[in-house]
Order: sequence, then C-alpha cells, then structure tokens
Amino acid sequence: MRQERNNIFAGIDWILVILFIILVGFGWMNIYAASKADEDFQLLSFSTKYGKQLIFICLTIPLIIIILFFNSKFYEQFSSIFYIISLISLIGLFVFGKEINGAKSWYNFGVLGLQPSEFVKAFTALAVAKLLSDRQYNFKLIKNQIKAFIIIFTPAILITLQPDAGSALIYLAFFFVLNREGLTLNYTIIGALAILIFILSIFFGSAWVLSILIALITVGVFYAIYKGGKRFIRFNWHKVIGIYLLVILFIFGTNFAYNNIFKQHHRDRFEILLGLKTDTKNIGYNSHQSELTISSGGFSGKGFLQGDITKGDFVPEQHTDYIFSTVGEEWGFLGSSTVIILFMLMLFRIIYLADTHTNKFGRIYGYGVASILFFHVIVNIGMVIGLLPTVGIPLPFFSYGGSSLWGFTILLFIFIRLDAHKNYDW
Amino acid sequence: MQRSFLLYILITLIGVIFIGRLFQLQIIRGANYDPIHNSAVKIEYDYPERGYVYDRNGKLLVANELSYDVMVQPNQVKPLDTLEFCKLLKISKKDFFKRFQKAKNYAPYLPSVFLKQLAKEDFAFLQEKLHKYQGFFIQKRIIREYPINAAANVLGYIGEVNEALAKKSDYYQPGELIGKDGIERQYENYLRGKKGKKYLQRNNLNKVTGSYLDGKYDTLPENGKDLTLTLDIDLQVYAQKLMSGKRGGIVAIEPSTGEILALVTAPTYNPNMLVGRKRSKNSVILFNDTISKPSYDRGLLAAYPPGSPFKMMNALIGLQENVIDEQTWFKCYHGYKYGSKSTDFMGCHCGIVGRPIKLKTAIAKSCNSYFSNTYKRIVEKNNKPSEGLDNWHKHVSSFGLGNYLGYDLPAGSPGLIPNGKYYDNRYKYSWNGSTTISNAIGQGEILTTPIQLANFTAAIANRGYFYTPHILKKVNKKPIKNSNFTIAKQTTINKKHFTPVVEAMHEVFKTGTGKWSQVKGIEICGKTGTAENFARIDGQKIQLPDHSILVAFAPKENPKIALAIFVENGGYGSTIAAPITSLLIEKYLHGEISKANKYREQNMLNLSLHNIYDKLNQKPQEIASGTK
Repeated sequence: MRQERNNIFAGIDWILVILFIILVGFGWMNIYAASKADEDFQLLSFSTKYGKQLIFICLTIPLIIIILFFNSKFYEQFSSIFYIISLISLIGLFVFGKEINGAKSWYNFGVLGLQPSEFVKAFTALAVAKLLSDRQYNFKLIKNQIKAFIIIFTPAILITLQPDAGSALIYLAFFFVLNREGLTLNYTIIGALAILIFILSIFFGSAWVLSILIALITVGVFYAIYKGGKRFIRFNWHKVIGIYLLVILFIFGTNFAYNNIFKQHHRDRFEILLGLKTDTKNIGYNSHQSELTISSGGFSGKGFLQGDITKGDFVPEQHTDYIFSTVGEEWGFLGSSTVIILFMLMLFRIIYLADTHTNKFGRIYGYGVASILFFHVIVNIGMVIGLLPTVGIPLPFFSYGGSSLWGFTILLFIFIRLDAHKNYDW
Repeated sequence: MQRSFLLYILITLIGVIFIGRLFQLQIIRGANYDPIHNSAVKIEYDYPERGYVYDRNGKLLVANELSYDVMVQPNQVKPLDTLEFCKLLKISKKDFFKRFQKAKNYAPYLPSVFLKQLAKEDFAFLQEKLHKYQGFFIQKRIIREYPINAAANVLGYIGEVNEALAKKSDYYQPGELIGKDGIERQYENYLRGKKGKKYLQRNNLNKVTGSYLDGKYDTLPENGKDLTLTLDIDLQVYAQKLMSGKRGGIVAIEPSTGEILALVTAPTYNPNMLVGRKRSKNSVILFNDTISKPSYDRGLLAAYPPGSPFKMMNALIGLQENVIDEQTWFKCYHGYKYGSKSTDFMGCHCGIVGRPIKLKTAIAKSCNSYFSNTYKRIVEKNNKPSEGLDNWHKHVSSFGLGNYLGYDLPAGSPGLIPNGKYYDNRYKYSWNGSTTISNAIGQGEILTTPIQLANFTAAIANRGYFYTPHILKKVNKKPIKNSNFTIAKQTTINKKHFTPVVEAMHEVFKTGTGKWSQVKGIEICGKTGTAENFARIDGQKIQLPDHSILVAFAPKENPKIALAIFVENGGYGSTIAAPITSLLIEKYLHGEISKANKYREQNMLNLSLHNIYDKLNQKPQEIASGTK
C-alpha cells in the first residue's frame, strides 16, 4: 500500500486523462489551422501562435506532475491560503496589471503574460469545497449561505472591476454546486424568473411587462382572499405590498441598469441575439462569420488545414474564443459534435466520480470542476454557434492561451489527484 | 446521487441542443453552401484567345489584337501629377476626375476600368511612366481585328455582355465580351473557347494570400476554335463594291452544298468601326441611322414581294399538279381580266398579243396572263380554293419559302406565303383564284427575303432539292457535320418538271430581259423582276421607282453559283440587277472580268442611286411596299 501511495500515478482516473489529452491535442490542431501562416513553419517557437501553444502544452506536463506530487490532504489544508493568494493576485492587477483592450487582466512577464482570473476559478472551487465540507456547516443557516456567497462573489466582483465581465460570469456556475449541497432551488428559480422578466421587458418594453405582472399578482391576491377570506389580508398584507414593490423596483431597476449602466455595445449584442436588431457587418459580424464558417463545413468538413474561411482570417479571435468555428469548418458536423460529446463524457465522468467520493471535500470540489467546465462550454460554444450573446470566455483545453490552459489543467488535475486518493482514509 | 441527476439532465439537454444547432447549421444550411463562391475565394480568369475566322479559301477575315485597358484601384492612388497623366492618356482633366469618381463610387478597394482600349502607341509611352502613378495599372485585353474591310453583316461584332445576361449566366461575368451579332454571336461558343479559372485564397482584408486548395479547382484556358466560313471574300468584296451607291442585298449560294458564297447588304460599314475606343461613338452613328440602315442586313431581313421570279414557282407547281404541261398555251391581250368589272384587269408587258404563248416563252417574256391562268387552275383544281391554295402552299413551302430557312446566322425573317386559312380569315370564306390572283406573279401577300429567293434558285439549279444555306464550313479545319446542312432537302416537284423551267430561265439571258447582260462562255439562267412600292407622302399614295429583283444561277449544267439580288428603287431588273448578277457570276466562275465586259463593270461601279434616295428621304414617312 505504501508503495502505491508513493507512486504519483497510482489510482488516477485514466479516462479523464485520456479525454484531457484528446481535447488538448485536437485543440492544438485547430489552433495550428487557425493561426498557420504559409511562410515558415516553426513548431516550438514563440514567434507563432501554434508554436507558443505547443510550448504551453508541453509545460502542462511538469505542472501535472507537481499537482499529482502533492497529497490530497495538502489541497484541503491549503485551500484557504490558495484562495487568499488568488484574491491578492486579483487585487494586485489594479496596480501592476497590464492594460489590454481596456481591461487590466494580465500580469506581464516579458514573453509571457499571465491572466490570474483563469487560475482563481480552481482555487475558488477549492475554497468553496473547504467551506461546505466542514462538519459544522449547515446550509439552512442564512449566515452560512452568506459565507458561501462571499467566497464565490469576491473574486467575481474583483474580476468585474478589471473590467472583464465575461470571466466574472462563470462564477454563477457555483450555483450548481451550492444547489447540489443543499441550497434550496428557490434561489435558482427566483434567479431564472428575474432573468426571464428582464428579457421580456427588453423584448416587449418594460411598461407592458410591468402592467401584466401587476395584473397577474392582483389576480393571485384576489384568489387568495377568495380562498382565505379576510384573514389572509390581515396576516399577509406586508408580504403583498412587498411583492408589488419588489416587482416594480426590479423592472425599473433593471431597466435603468440596462439603459444607463450597460454600454451600448452590450445592449447591441443583447438585442442582436434577441433578434431585435439584425447586423452582419459590425457587432454581429463575429457571430455571423462564425455561423457561416461552421455551416460551410457541412457534414464531414473541408479537412485539416483546408478551411478557406479559417485561412482567410474571416472570423475574428478564431484561435482563442472562436476556435470552435475552425472545428466546424474543417471537421464538419462529425468533428464538432464529437467535440461536444467528448466534453459531455468528461463532465459525466467527473460528476460520476465525484458522487463516488466518500470524502465531502473531494465530492464538492468535483461538482465545482464539472460546473465550471460546463458553464464555459455552454457560454463559449453557445456564442460560437450563435445561440448566446458574445461573451469572451475561452473553450476549456481548446482555446489558445497559456493561462486558460494551465488554469483548466490545474482545475482538472487537482480533482484527478483528489479522486485517486478517495478510497484512502485520510 | 439524486441531486446530481439535475446536472446530468442539464448536460444532456445542452449537448442535444448544441448538436441540434450544429445539425441545423452544418447539415441543413450547409447543404446550400457553395465551396467556391464565397468571400474567402477569389476567382481570377485567364482569358483565352478568341478563335480566328477565315473565308472558304483560307483568307483571314477576323484576327485578334492586343488592347490595353488602364485600370485603377482608387484606394491605392497617391497624389499625382494629373496634368502629365491626362496628357499621357489624352483626356481632359475634367474627364480624369469624372472617371476617377466613377471608379471610386463603384468600389474604392476594387480595380475598375479607368480608360478602355488604349492605342498601342499611347500604351508604349504610358508603360514607361506608369510606375509614378500608384493605383493605376494596365490590363491586357484581346480585341477583334478585321484585315479585310468587308462582310461586317456576316461577321458581326463583339461587345460587353449585358448585365441581365451576366446575372443569369454561369459563364459570363459583367464586363466580359460576347458575340453580339453575325457569326460572332451565332458561334460564340466555338469562338470564345473556355476561360481558365484560378481560385485564390483571400483573407478578410480582401488580400490574396495564395492559391486556393493548391489549385485543385483551377482550370487552364482553352483557346477558341478557328472557324472557316463558306464565304468567298473576293466575291463578297466585289459584290459590296458593285453595290456601292445603292441600297439592297445580294445572296449567293453554291447550289451543290448550300454554302453561302456572298451575303451582301448595302449600305454597309467597316467592321473595324465597332472595335476599340471609337466603338461606342460609331455604334451610335450606325444604329441611329434609320434611313439607310447600315446595320440592317437586307440580304436576310428585307421581306418584299418577289415579283416575276415567283412565276417559275407557279410554273413548277402547275406542271407537278398536271394543270399545265410544256405544250399548254394561253393567249394574252395586254393583260389578264380576272373579274367582271373593267378595273379587274392585270396588265402585261410580254408584248405577244393574241398569239398562243407556251411555258418557255411565258417565262422568258414574263407573261402575266399565262401565270394568272396557271395559278387559277392550281387553286381551283378541286373547286375548293382553300384546299387548292393549301396544296399550292405545301409546294411553295417545300422550297423553304414562308418560314425561317434555318440557316446559321442570327437574323432572319420568315417572309409570308399565304395559305387557305389566311384568306378564309381575310375574305370570310368568299374568295377564289381570282381574288388572290396577285400571287400568280409574285405580288400580293407573298413576301420573301433575298436569301429565301437565292435558296429557291439553288433548288431550281439542283432540279428539285436544296441544302439549307449556311455560313460555317469548318471548325478548326474540320468540316462541319451538322445534318441540317449536310443532308439535302427534297422539294415536292419532280425533277423532270425543272427541265422546261431551266430552259426558259436560260432563254431569259439569251433572248429575254437579261440578254444585255450575257457573259461569253457562261450559260446563265435567271429571271428578272420588279417589286412595286409606294410611299405615303402628305396623305397621298405615291408610286416610287420599283425595287429591282433578279434570281440567277450558272452555269446551266452543274451550277456553281445561285444568287438573288435586290436593289431598292433600282427600276427594271434588267437595268441594274442583271448586269451586277452577270458580273458576279463572271467574277466567281472566271476569277476576273473579261475586257469585253469592263465597260459593264465600270458602269455599275459608278452608278449611284443617291439622287433617288435623297429625294425619298426628304419626306421619310411611311415608305411602304405595295401591290397592284
């Protein structure tokens, strides 16, 4: 037993590792296709995107070995420290960060830039797992709920302030975790309702939605009075007034936020997606081109390196956020749906493994990993295939970029490490 | 485990939605995707050389010449010395800015034609200095060149394809050249060849970054095919010369093959007029000249009553229907009375009064009475004029009259040969041979074009069959195999009936109306005719000088040439049409005009009808042909 415990590869889940290798490898092929120039071929070089990415991929090997080298216990014990370092790294950006595209999201180390937000996800997941796995922790207490929210939303807020709203958005993924660990569905339902009302009020105008909502509530109140008689009013009048106020405030508030706090390009993206605006030239250009590129792949695709739209650089940011469009063009429906299925398999595997954990910390962390990956896949692919608005977040393991690749590698391999030791009593 | 269920379901749901969306994009929408025609692929064309055109003896008629277009890509143009540049291009400064603005309005980032078809000398100068003018460059283009100034109506011309066609066609792009008339149009597909295509990878900045898929779809240009025409260009040139100063048309056919030896329309134009930078200016002049109509091919389009030559037709039908024979005779008293009223009388100039006239004499002397009698017998053979006329129509149609002949040129007119139904509608079923008696002498409703008459003559020369006239002899030196042109078409008249008719036609040039146009050593058979025509001037119907018509073939045995000639307002056929015919026949058969006939040649070359035309043109209203 001791021997096996010293072997860092003992007990690790090879299915996840193989899925990881396939996704990273296939991702690199597509980055190669999307960033290849005809001139010169330099495989391991900082002068080309694919060369750099290959170096990043090679560097994941020592990273993985280091992650696997540490004991599971280590991650549980040091999760708070990791979390605090994460927050410091985020705060440090405001001072030392390098501004790119109007956001201070990067530390610049000469040839290499690091984007802390890509790593913080993993450490937040650790911190959440640590908090929720505490034996004393009881989700029924509002105090505990607030603790969890603070852990989740502190990095999210720091990232929003960079400003990088897209990367902050994925912290919503932790709701899956909280829900899995006992948080009532009410939060999720209320949240979903709020989003629905928000969209409807943009679509139909806030005045209409407000009047209909008030009419609906009034009908509900009268029904309650009819059923419960005068007692209902006597005991619930403050709740009724509260609901009315809440609805009015919410609609006016979101309306105000939408029109005054959001920038025009946010509104445009949103409205294009809702079909209120059509635009294939300016803001809608990305989505339009990306849809067109994917469509052009047909059933079996044009073949590796044969994507003429990819070669023509018609899709902006194709090697990063829009990498999935290259898959669509060169590998067709077969290739792109295979990628989706691979992601689904990976998610299923993680959740399945997490559920087998006897240790609460490992299980919760596993849900965190699955939720974060899932959220990334939804938002990124949804955007590339034109189902969701443009939000610039990477596709895990696929998109070009050292920080995101390493961030996801850390996220996944900490879980693989925890999972490898799940059966030991520690 | 239970709560994880929610995540499993969500993941599956999203996976299904995404794959469904991919199906929609890639399978449904992807089915309409055109791999080549999209923004990432640029197609560059490699234009082949258009085919050359030769005459039947291998003389070059149409060749190609390089032309140079000055192109401009407005967004690359840097400030320049406009004064010098304008001088080089020989345009005004105002013109320069107009052209530049036009190109800019079209698309600043795309090249467009700045100045078309630069002269060779201008190009040489410009080429040296062009490097100073960024954004301007030269594009080579091939334009047509006509070494011999003749047969413009046959050769046609090429021009830019019109937008509607370019949009519809999957071959032509806007601005490309296409045959617009004549054989350029008829045999466009042979002549144009096939342009080569190069597919180039283009990036989002519209910049070409290399070949598309390593040239997998690229094609090489295929040169156009060279055409050899049936035309004898020497004859054509000579005929055009003889027709100078006159209006009309000549069609000469080789009876044994149906090959068109000459197709003349007068006045005509120099084919080089519709080439190069002067083209648009010249085409306005040509197409707006509605009086002398140089762009109107009279040989193919001018439908007139054929007049006397049509008498041979009635003679042949009469013989075939057995209503007359060689010995049948009629008497003529200065004309033919076809009704009871005193005005129901058709005059005759045969000059044989009160004596029996037989077929040969009737043709040679062009006796109206004889053919009126014959026609009446044909139509009223079964006491049913409608049936009789339909029968007559059947015979006439078998000579290719009354419909498009089916020759290979893009202009034509069906003419008109009336049938029973035509008169049933017109006269409400109460008509007979007399009512339509003008048909007996080729007047009345009958309309024929010169090429139809030439073909009719060829059928007589062949004694009963003809080959559909055609202009194309060889493609890339290989004889054509189009069965429409290589298989003889039989008429409905027996061969034996042609003998007396041919004899009579021979008589025309021996003793009849053509006797002053004989050629020593050549037995010409022919028939002259006139078509009366009238103009309505200030509401009054005024008779104009007759159109002169003549059909002929020669020699009598083994005919080598059959022709029809028609001269507007040329008077009697014997005065203008006959001498021109005999000159053409002599030229074609002997290669030159004998000394004895030089005076005739000189007369015809000098003869101009312009004083008559000018008189007519003073009141150019509604000049119409008419009948008695």
